[in-house]
Parts: sequence; C-alpha cells; structure tokens
Amino acid sequence: MSSPHRSPMASIEQQRTNPDVRLSVEQVSYAYAPNPSQAPLFTLEAMSFQAKPGEIVAVLGPNASGKSTVLKLISGALEPLSGRILLNGFVTHLLPTKTRAQRIALVQQESQLLFPSRAWEFVLQGRHPYSSGLRFESDDDVTIATNALAQVGATHLSNRWMDKISGGEKQRVILARALAQQPLLLLLDEPTLHLDIGAQVDLLDSLRRLAAENRYSVVIVTHELNLAAEYADQVVLMQKGKCLRVGPPASVLQRELLEQVFQAPLSVEMTASGRPRVTLFSNT
Amino acid sequence: MRPLTLPRLLLRCSILAALLFVVVVIALKLGAVQVSLYGLGRDLIHVLLGQSSAISSDYGMIVVDIRLPRILLGIVVGASLSVAGASFQALLRNPLADPYVLGVSSGAAVGAILALIVESHLDLTPELAGLITPLGAFLGAAITIAAVYLLGRRDGQIDSSTLLLGGIITASFLSAVIIFLMSTLRGSNLRGTVFWLMGDLSTPQPRSLLYFLLFGFLVAAGVIYTTASDLNLLLAGENEAMHLGVDVPRVRIVVYLAASILTGMAVSVSGAIGYVGLLVPHLMRLIFGSDHRMLLPASALGGAIVLVIADTLARTVVAPSELSVGAVTALVGAPLFIYLLRRRLA
Repeated sequence: MSSPHRSPMASIEQQRTNPDVRLSVEQVSYAYAPNPSQAPLFTLEAMSFQAKPGEIVAVLGPNASGKSTVLKLISGALEPLSGRILLNGFVTHLLPTKTRAQRIALVQQESQLLFPSRAWEFVLQGRHPYSSGLRFESDDDVTIATNALAQVGATHLSNRWMDKISGGEKQRVILARALAQQPLLLLLDEPTLHLDIGAQVDLLDSLRRLAAENRYSVVIVTHELNLAAEYADQVVLMQKGKCLRVGPPASVLQRELLEQVFQAPLSVEMTASGRPRVTLFSNT
Repeated sequence: MRPLTLPRLLLRCSILAALLFVVVVIALKLGAVQVSLYGLGRDLIHVLLGQSSAISSDYGMIVVDIRLPRILLGIVVGASLSVAGASFQALLRNPLADPYVLGVSSGAAVGAILALIVESHLDLTPELAGLITPLGAFLGAAITIAAVYLLGRRDGQIDSSTLLLGGIITASFLSAVIIFLMSTLRGSNLRGTVFWLMGDLSTPQPRSLLYFLLFGFLVAAGVIYTTASDLNLLLAGENEAMHLGVDVPRVRIVVYLAASILTGMAVSVSGAIGYVGLLVPHLMRLIFGSDHRMLLPASALGGAIVLVIADTLARTVVAPSELSVGAVTALVGAPLFIYLLRRRLA
C-alpha cells in the first residue's frame, strides 16, 4: 500500500519536527480514480501548511475545490499519493484506528441517527477510543463527558433526545462528543451549515475559546468567508484541487484573488480589528 | 447522566430470566393433556436430581420427554433469531432488518435442503450426518446475506429501501426454490415444505443436537456481544464509527459471520420462523433503549420468551391439532412490521 521509496516500518515511528508545530501537512497530493486504469476524476496538487497548538486554520474554496479531501487526508481516512501529514511527528494515516481517534476528533456534517439516543449517551461515545472490547463507562468517563457538555454550554441538553433538539443545539452536542475524545486536533466539516447566524457566532466563539484553553489545533472547512476572516488565524484558499494561498486572513482574503476564485464581483474592506470583511454584489 | 453499569445490566437480565422461567412453567402445564402444578413441580425436581426413572405417571413422561425438549428448542431458536435480528439491524443500519425479511432464513432453508440432498448421496456416520444440515443452513444464510448486502448498495452506501426490496425479492425467489426442490425430491411430502416455509418446532430433535445448538448459540452470541460497544457507534454510520476508533472491517465480518451462524442453526431445526428477529429487538429497544450491551442479552431472553409463548399458542389454540409456530409469529409480526414501516416513512 505504501509507496516504494518509503519504508512503512520507519515512517510509523515519530519523525523529528519543530516542537512548536502540531499539525504539519507536507507536500501532500491525492488523486481519486474509481478504477486504477482510468485517468483520475479528481486530483489534489501538492500542498503544505502547518498549525500550532491553539491555532484555528480555515480551509476555504468553492464547491469541488478539494476542501473535504484535505480534511479526509488529515483525519487519516485517506492515504496521500505523495507527501506526508504529521501530527506531533506521527504520520496520521499509519496510526492504529484507536490511537488516531484519541488524537484526532472529527465533527462531520450532521450525523443521521438510526435510533434516537439522549445527548449524554451521544457525548459518552467520545470515550470509546479509550476503551477496549466490551466495557462499561467509568466515573472518569462520566466526568469528562459532563465537562465536555459544560464547555460547549450544553449542560441543560444532557437529558434531551438528539432528534428533538434544534440544529444549533445538536451541533454543540456533536462538538462536545469531539471534546470528550480529548484530542490534539479538532477537524470540523462545514460546522455552520444549516445554522442561523446567531448559532454560527455562538459555535465559533466557543470554538475559539476552547482552542485557546485546551490548546487544540483546529481545522475548519467552510464556505463562510466572513466567519473565516473573523475567527481564523490562518486561511488556506483552494480552487479546483489547487492550494492558491496560505496565510493570515488579511493576506489571503484579497479582492482580485477572491473574485477570480469565486467568479463573483465583491469588495473587501478592513475592519477596526485588522480583519478583512467581504461584501458580495449582484452580477447584473 | 447515568451510563449502563454491570449491576443494572444483571438486574434487568435476571428479571427477564425470571419471566422466562414463569413462561416455561406455564408452557409445561398447558397442552392437550392437563397436568397439575404439583405433579409438574415434583417431576421437574426429579429431572433436576437426575432421577428421571422415578417419574411414574404417563403425564410426567409427556411433560419431560415431549414438552420440555420442545420448549428448550424454542428458547434456543427464539434467542438465536432475536440476537441475529438485532445484529443485522445494527450492521445494515436498517431498523427493519430481520433474518426472515432479508431472505436470510429462506437462504438457510435452501442450504439445509441442499445439504439433505447431498447427505443422502454420501455414506456418513449418523453424527456427521446430523451436522451437515446446520452447516448447509449456515452457508445458505451467509451467501444470502452477502447477496442482499450487495443488492442493497448504491454508490458504496447501503440504501435502506433498496436493501429491503432486495431482501424481500430474494426471500420470495428462495421460497420458490424451496418448493421446487421439495416437489422434485424423492419421498418428499407437503408437510416438509410447510415446515421450511412457515417454521415449526414440532419435529422431535435428538438431545445431542439440542446441546450442540445451545453451545453454538452461546459461542456465536458471545462473540457478537464482545462487539456491543462498537455496534453502538456503527449505528451512526461506518465512517463516523471509524473516526471514533472502531475497527469497522473487523466488526463487520465478525458480526456478519456470527449472525449467519445463529440464523443457520435456528433454521436447520425449525425452518424459517418469521418476525421474531424483527419484533423482539424493537420491543426491547422500547423498554431498555438502544445500547447493544443491554439490547443483545435482552433480545436473547426476550426472543426465548416470545417464541415459547408463540409455540405454546400454536400447540394449544386448535388442540388436539396444531398450528405451525411461524404462522403465529407472522400473524402478530406482519401487522407490526407494517406499523413500523409506516411510522418510519412518516
């Protein structure tokens, strides 16, 4: 499965890296082809960026730009075609499933529940990576789950059914489950989709506070230019499988670049806090 | 926040076990021949003390040699079908999955019949011959569930309605195969066909087979139980389970094989009894919630209770004649299935 130029035994061991950097995406590329003999339907060209503990990275780009592929690669669900992704010096896709779940938590677009469960049961699932085989939750697990719910301000939802709460409340509980995993890296795929703006700001405020308090590195895939501008420490701008620019919001969210990527007229102004704000215009 | 603890699990299970015991005693008492509760208790104590010879009355013989083995068979078959049903529901992420609805029971029946045909051409010792039917049933069940699983996939995802349709079509196709096989077989009779199609516990089975079934059930259900926590996460989808640390391919293959063994064993001795695997896990979920650590043992005990009750009804309602137990479970189960389907679509 691994490329010939790399010994799998060597690469599963910790690599020497800059200790300030937690997540390091190094020259990572990927190609998706339904069968190997055909030309790939989608390719991701080599891209690199890094994230420190406590830092929020937003991955932006139009549909089919490869944002979600980047997230899947980082989560270890996909293996890069070339390059490597290191989390604290370990190659993510080579980590055993359980170990990976102890270090990386993924918040996906609304998970569909087959049978309803209560919010606290859902959050306790986040403790699964720390168990082996059949096991009953310990008092520690309960404490960690309780704290996770409190950290996202969802203690009052604890006893509610997951299918009976609002989209914003549900997104909080899903985030609490990710916190219960006690990860180093938090990945979020379109967390603000289907949320009203009040709930969006609530969620990102808690996320920024949590990243600072718990020293998580956070990677968010999103369509919301202004939320990324307001909350991200770094922005990765993508288009058609290419990473166009990486940097602080002010250096990436520039008018010419965004107009070209999104094919829409817009203007960018700086706010008092030194963050860009994007405004859209009609084409006609 | 009150997660499941071992004492609570054991308490709930012992309540169900006590209920099962009461049902068994009532089932022993009821039947074409009336037995007094006192005589029943005395005879059972004799059996437990290993003094079967001390049982004097003919009534005692009826209870111990005819009703008791049949009830024990009902317990094992009911528990197997329910645990298989609960497992398929989690594995296929479909609350309407059940060995019968998915055609797995029919596949097991076809496998068992084919095994009988093969066996008649081989020169086997009786012990080996007795094992070939369960083996054929297991292979039939495993192949069918694999086929239905492939039929139900669309763009790499399990599609609920396609899966159910695939199962129902497979079931009716295999039923036709059963009728074909039975009508072309030498020495076949209509009673045999009805046995495989409707499910029946009335055929006396040798005691050694009963022990074999019990042992097989404990092993297969035990293996499924070790994945109970993983099954809880699998309900949210394979992708999400993987990100929470579940080794999805391993769990899938282990549960798939063990559930096929359970179905195969049950069908090889009782034919295709429908709806127990659907009805019982749902009932248990309503009472105890959907945590598989509780749901699996509760389904096993609940399945035993339901099938013993159903078989007692089959024996008694038209006494001295008999219904097939599959007819009883279908009469109750089919309307319930429609109800669940409607509620799900709503």
